[in-house]
Amino acid sequence: MKKRLTPKTTFLQALKEGSGWEYLSAAVWGAGCAARGQIIKGLLFLAAEAGVIGYMLSSGLYNLDKLMTLGTVGQQKVWNDEKSIFEYIDGDRSLNILLYGIITVAILICGIMLLRASVKASYRAGSFKKQGKRAPGFRRELRAYADERLHMTLLTPPLLGICAFTLLPLVFMACMAFTNYSVLDKKLVLFDWVGLKNFERTLALNGSLGQTFWSVLGWTILWALAATFSNYILGMLLALFINWKEIRIKKFWRFCFVLTVAVPHFVTLLIMRQMLQPNGAVNVLLKELGWIDSPLPFFTDTSWARITVILINIWVGVPYTLLQITGILQSIPQELYESAKVDGANPFVTFTRITLPYMLFVTTPYLITVFTGNINNFNVIYLTSAGLPRAVGSTAGDTDLLITWLYKLTIDNQYYDVGAVIGIITFITLSIVSLLTFRFSGSYRNEEGFR
Amino acid sequence: MIKASGAWKKKPAQKKIGIVLAHAFLAVLAFLWLIPIFWVILTSFRGTKGSYSSTFLPSFYTLDNYVKLFTDFSVFNFPQMLLNTLIVAAATCMLSTFFVVSVAYTLSRLRFSSRKKLMNAAMIINLFPGFMSMIANYYIFKMLGWTNGPLLRLSMIAIYSGGAGLGYHIAKGFFDTIPIALDEAAMLDGCTKWNVLRKIVMPLSKPIIVFTLLNSFAGPFKDFMLAKILCGPNKDYYTVAVGMYQMLEREYIDQWFCSFASAAVIISIPVASLFLATQKYYSIGFSGSVKG
Repeated sequence: MKKRLTPKTTFLQALKEGSGWEYLSAAVWGAGCAARGQIIKGLLFLAAEAGVIGYMLSSGLYNLDKLMTLGTVGQQKVWNDEKSIFEYIDGDRSLNILLYGIITVAILICGIMLLRASVKASYRAGSFKKQGKRAPGFRRELRAYADERLHMTLLTPPLLGICAFTLLPLVFMACMAFTNYSVLDKKLVLFDWVGLKNFERTLALNGSLGQTFWSVLGWTILWALAATFSNYILGMLLALFINWKEIRIKKFWRFCFVLTVAVPHFVTLLIMRQMLQPNGAVNVLLKELGWIDSPLPFFTDTSWARITVILINIWVGVPYTLLQITGILQSIPQELYESAKVDGANPFVTFTRITLPYMLFVTTPYLITVFTGNINNFNVIYLTSAGLPRAVGSTAGDTDLLITWLYKLTIDNQYYDVGAVIGIITFITLSIVSLLTFRFSGSYRNEEGFR
Repeated sequence: MIKASGAWKKKPAQKKIGIVLAHAFLAVLAFLWLIPIFWVILTSFRGTKGSYSSTFLPSFYTLDNYVKLFTDFSVFNFPQMLLNTLIVAAATCMLSTFFVVSVAYTLSRLRFSSRKKLMNAAMIINLFPGFMSMIANYYIFKMLGWTNGPLLRLSMIAIYSGGAGLGYHIAKGFFDTIPIALDEAAMLDGCTKWNVLRKIVMPLSKPIIVFTLLNSFAGPFKDFMLAKILCGPNKDYYTVAVGMYQMLEREYIDQWFCSFASAAVIISIPVASLFLATQKYYSIGFSGSVKG
């Protein structure tokens, strides 16, 4: 085996055990590397330091200062003498200040990471010296990025993408939860930090916002449970049914169901919506058959609408479950069934004692993913019932989930602050559920392992 | 066949009835599941206009709805939408596949100190509603002025593929199934990790690369929310999904409903074939993720 290029060190260890060069490297990045002969690496560190400090001095400190207040100057009307008109001068734009502030904080964090890297690199170079060897040259280090540091090479582009287009926006949006950025009181251009006020307002039981929130949260959880388990159990029963040895042309039956997954969901959902309208195809068909006189209130009555969206979700989700579960069903050890048969177990007992526990055991992580997906199931609600029916004066309808409510609050109504609060609460709900499930499945696994 | 029918004759009559009933039940279920799809296909050929029809089955059939999509550009320019979606989808699928495969490969086959931490971080980020970052992205791009003109395409590509690395699970499940002994043997022979990736694992991984390519190619055809928010009134940059959603708006639905069904058929054919061609990976990736 080749010798390790990078013996493991932590930042504090490097400072404690290192010489004065390590302390110098914290102030002048790359100093330690350069002193041990890694000139190019040292210069690169130094250039990075110059960049970070230059940025902080030119605009970073200004951005951070602005971030504290999110801007104070409103739009101003100024008399222009030459043209003899009033001119509008732009004031501070809080949204931009917030974004630039977050970017500056991100650059600062990068700076701290580089500082630590500089100290560690200096320590490593020093430890080569101590062993009487030469510190590896620049080319040798570059080559390491195709070998023992390949993970860095491969991960850097995707991580940059994730930081820029997922993480940064998430932080940006989460910050809005602590401001009063909202159409309320015309706080759309200039807004302030308000601390936890929005959370108080949203969670309060007596306000109108709080009442809407709790009812939407209740329905969201009810929906997620109903949608997840109905799909799971029905999908499994269907898979077992098709797997039954007496059923012919299994592939054909599976194909029929899987075809519905293959068509883009937004298409089938929009079509369902159209078919279930008061004078849509389903009501027309039922009338033609003479089964009903007046159209069924699929999306106009609360209970009907809720049951309808759950049924639609069964239609959408069961084939998907079928697709994913078929493989696992076939992997259940046959001996279990045979011994159950010998003991005289009927099919129902076999299902509840063998199939279901085995499936739950194997698919707990999958169930969490599905549950998360259902809490955030935007399409099934928005494209079918659109959250209707809605009580007058409320921003959320009776079938609105937190996620569709978030959409309505931000895009339709411009209550960005409350929208962000809803997003954060959704995240907290999901974290609690996943943590509990993992806990539960962990103890479950220790008690009764199948493998 | 003869043997099978012999076995069939031996069965008691009660069981025979049960089996026939089971098949009938499956047929009814399959029919229920396929109704909406039949209905779209029938509607796409429907002769009478309007969003609602007084009969369940159309009274006469025509190709006009398809012709209209490709000739009537007064409100919706369907070929332009197809082209927009193709451009965005092509760029997105290259970038996302690169991201997904890099992340999946690294997390599956390379061992480094922060590996577990990164996987946990990915799990936590995935718990945030994806919608939240989407809305925030929209405001960021609006601030940058990327929500008008040709830059709109760039911002769509950036958002579709930017976070793609987070969805590494299926591909990782695949990489997990390739024996690690192959890598170890090659490295004992002095192969660098990059060469292991390039010469040993990649040739074995064509299926998952094709799967990821096709899957991310289909993404922009299936997503409409992001495209709708980003495009706003910029009709020239509508993707198919946004355009189709607009066809169902109150002012157009009467004229365009049947053409909506035709458009649905047109885009469903490629998306469905891509899906059916790659469906086996859904269960493979799943069993891989269970293994951890």
